[in-house]
Amino acid sequence: MSNILELEHISKKFDDDLVLDDLCLEVKENTFMTLLGPSGCGKTTTLRIIGGFTTPDEGRVLFEGRDITNLPPNKRHLNTVFQKYALFPHMSVGENIAFGLKISGKSDQYIRDKIRYALKLVNMDGYENRDVNMLSGGQQQRIAIARAIVNEPKVLLLDEPIGALDLKLRQDMQYELIRLKNELGITFIYVTHDQEEALTMSDTVVVMNQGYIQQMGSPESIYNEPENAFVATFIGDSNIMGGVMLRDKLVRILGVDFPCVDTGFGTNKPVDVVIRPEDVVLAEPGKGRMDGVVSHLIFKGVHYEMEVQAGGFEWLVQSTSMFPVGQEVSLNVDPFNIQIMNKPESEDEEAVVIDV
Amino acid sequence: MFKRKWLTAPYLAFILCGTVIPLIAILYYGFTDQEGSFTLENITAIADEEHAKALGLALLLALICTVVCLILAYPVGLILRKHASGKKGFVVFILILPMWMNFLLRTYAWKALLAGNGVLNNTLGGLGIGKLNIINTPAAIVLGMVYDFLPFMILPIYNVMVKIDNNLIEAAYDLGASKGKVLTKVLLPLSMPGIISGITMVFVPAVTTFVISQILGGGKIYLIGNIIEQEFTLNGNRQLGSGLSLVMMVFILISMALLNKFDKNGEGSII
Ligand SMILES: Nc1ncnc2c1ncn2[C@@H]1O[C@H](COP(=O)(O)OP(=O)(O)O)[C@@H](O)[C@H]1O
Ligand SMILES: [Mg+2]
Repeated sequence: MSNILELEHISKKFDDDLVLDDLCLEVKENTFMTLLGPSGCGKTTTLRIIGGFTTPDEGRVLFEGRDITNLPPNKRHLNTVFQKYALFPHMSVGENIAFGLKISGKSDQYIRDKIRYALKLVNMDGYENRDVNMLSGGQQQRIAIARAIVNEPKVLLLDEPIGALDLKLRQDMQYELIRLKNELGITFIYVTHDQEEALTMSDTVVVMNQGYIQQMGSPESIYNEPENAFVATFIGDSNIMGGVMLRDKLVRILGVDFPCVDTGFGTNKPVDVVIRPEDVVLAEPGKGRMDGVVSHLIFKGVHYEMEVQAGGFEWLVQSTSMFPVGQEVSLNVDPFNIQIMNKPESEDEEAVVIDV
Repeated sequence: MFKRKWLTAPYLAFILCGTVIPLIAILYYGFTDQEGSFTLENITAIADEEHAKALGLALLLALICTVVCLILAYPVGLILRKHASGKKGFVVFILILPMWMNFLLRTYAWKALLAGNGVLNNTLGGLGIGKLNIINTPAAIVLGMVYDFLPFMILPIYNVMVKIDNNLIEAAYDLGASKGKVLTKVLLPLSMPGIISGITMVFVPAVTTFVISQILGGGKIYLIGNIIEQEFTLNGNRQLGSGLSLVMMVFILISMALLNKFDKNGEGSII
C-alpha cells in the first residue's frame, strides 16, 4: 500500500504558542487512522492543515505524492465532516447533499441518484426534502457525512464527529462508521479524545500530546506495548512504576525481581514499567511474587476492580474472581505482560505524565 | 403572567396617541373635502402631473440611494465578519458615528461643502481640477440621503453577518466552492434578512424625506414629501396632504411586499 497522504516536518504556532512541533505522519491508502489525544494537543489543527483551512508555518503536506501545502480547501480532493456538523440552514437535506455536486457541475439525474444512494448509506432514506434544522444531532451528523461522501473524496476527515451524541448513539455510530469506511473503501482520518472510540474503530492510532506524536501503531500495539508513560496512562487503566532493568529479561520492581521478555536496555538501567490491571494475577499469600492486602473493591459488571497494597504501591487489579477487602493476597504477572519503557529524558516530558 | 401585561400599557398608550389616532385622522381627511363630505379627489390628485412627477422622482432617488447604500454597506459587512471580535465593535462605532450628530446639522454641512463656492469647490479649484456643480441637483439629494441613511443599512447587515457560523463558510470551501460561490450560495442567502431590513430602513425614510431635498435641492426640486409638507403648511390643505400621504403609504407597502417576497423565511421583515 502506498501513502495517500504525508505530513512532513509540520510546525504551527498560534501567537508564539507552538501547537505542532516538527510533526511527521504518513497515512496509508484505505486505512482508518485516528488522531487520539487530550483536548488542546493539536488534533484539530493537524486536521485543518490537511484540509487546507490552516497553513503550517513550516513543513509540507503531500497528497498522493503531490505537494498541496498551499492549495486552498476547494481544490483538495478530500472532504471534512465538521465537529458541529455545519449543515447549511437555508437548504433542505437534499440541497445540502447536492451542494458539492452542483458546484462540480454534475447532471441533475446524477445528483438525484447520488442523494438517494448517500441517504441510504447513512440510513436516512426518504429525508431529501426535510428541513435540516428539524433533525436531531445524530441525524444532522449523518447528513453531514452524506454531504461529504457524495463527492467521492479519497480521504475523509472527521473531527470528533460523534462527540456530541449520547452514549448509546455514539456506540451505534462507531459501528456504522466502520461499515461506511469498508463500503466506501477510502481513507478515514478521524480525530477524537476518546481512547475507547479510537481503539474500537481504527486500523492505526496516532497518540498525540502537546503537539508531538507519542506513539503510532495498531490499537493492539498501542494498548499492549505503550512506548511511554503518557501513552500508558492515556490509553486504558494501568499500573505505572519505576523499576530497574537488571539485565535482559529481568526487571526489579518495588524491590522484587520479575522475569520479563524485554531485551536491549543494558544492565542496571532505571526504566518505567507498565502493567495493565487485568494482567495482575491474584493468588493465595506466598504463592505469588509479592504479598499484599486488598484495600478496595468495586464490582464493575464484567469484572471486579480491586486495589492491592503491596511493596508500598497501590496496585490496580481487575479480575473475574473476587477477593474481599482486608484479604491477604499474593501478586503475580506473566513475563509477557510486563511492558518496559525508557524513562523520559527531559523534565518537560516528565511533567506531561504528572498532568494526566 | 396576567400582571405582566400591564407593563406594556405605556407603550400601547404611546402607539395609540402617536400612530393610531393620527392615522385615523389622515384616513378621515384623505377621503373628505373642505366641507367634510366624502370624496376621492384627494387620492386621485396624485395623477396631477406635478404630483406624479414628485412621487416618481422620490421613488427613483430613494431607489438609487438604497442601491448605493447596499453596495457600500455589504462589503463592509463582509470585512467585519472576518475581523477579530475585539476590533469589530470599534469599527462599527466609527461607521455609525455620524448617527450621533443631529440629522439637520449633517445635511446643512453637506450644503456648505457642496455649495458653488463651498469647501469642496474651493479645494478642487485650488488644485486646478475645476468645479463640481451638484448642489441643488438630484445628485446632491442622493448624496445627502446616502450619507444620512447609510448607518441604517450597515447595522442590520453587520448584525446578521457576524452571526453566520464560520464553519458554514469552511464547509462550503471544503465542498469545492470558490470565493464567488461561497458569496452567492452561502453568505448572500444567509444575510438576506439583514439586507431586507437594511433596505426597508433606508428606502422608507428616503422616499418620504422632504428635509434633505429642501436643503440640498435648493427648494427647486420637489419630492412627494415636499409636496405633502407644503399642503399641510403653506397651503393649509390638510385634506390634499392626507390624500397624497395615503397614496405614498400604499406605494411603500407595495415596495415592502415585493421586498418580502425575496425573504423566504420572513425573519428580516420589519413590517
Ligand atoms: N485559531 C487559533 N488561534 C489561536 N490558538 C489556537 C487556534 N486554534 C487552535 N489554537 C490553540 O492550539 C492548541 C491546539 O488546539 P486544537 O488543535 O484545536 O486541539 P485539539 O483539537 O487537540 O483539542 C490549543 O491550545 C488551542 O488553544
Ligand atoms: Mg479539536
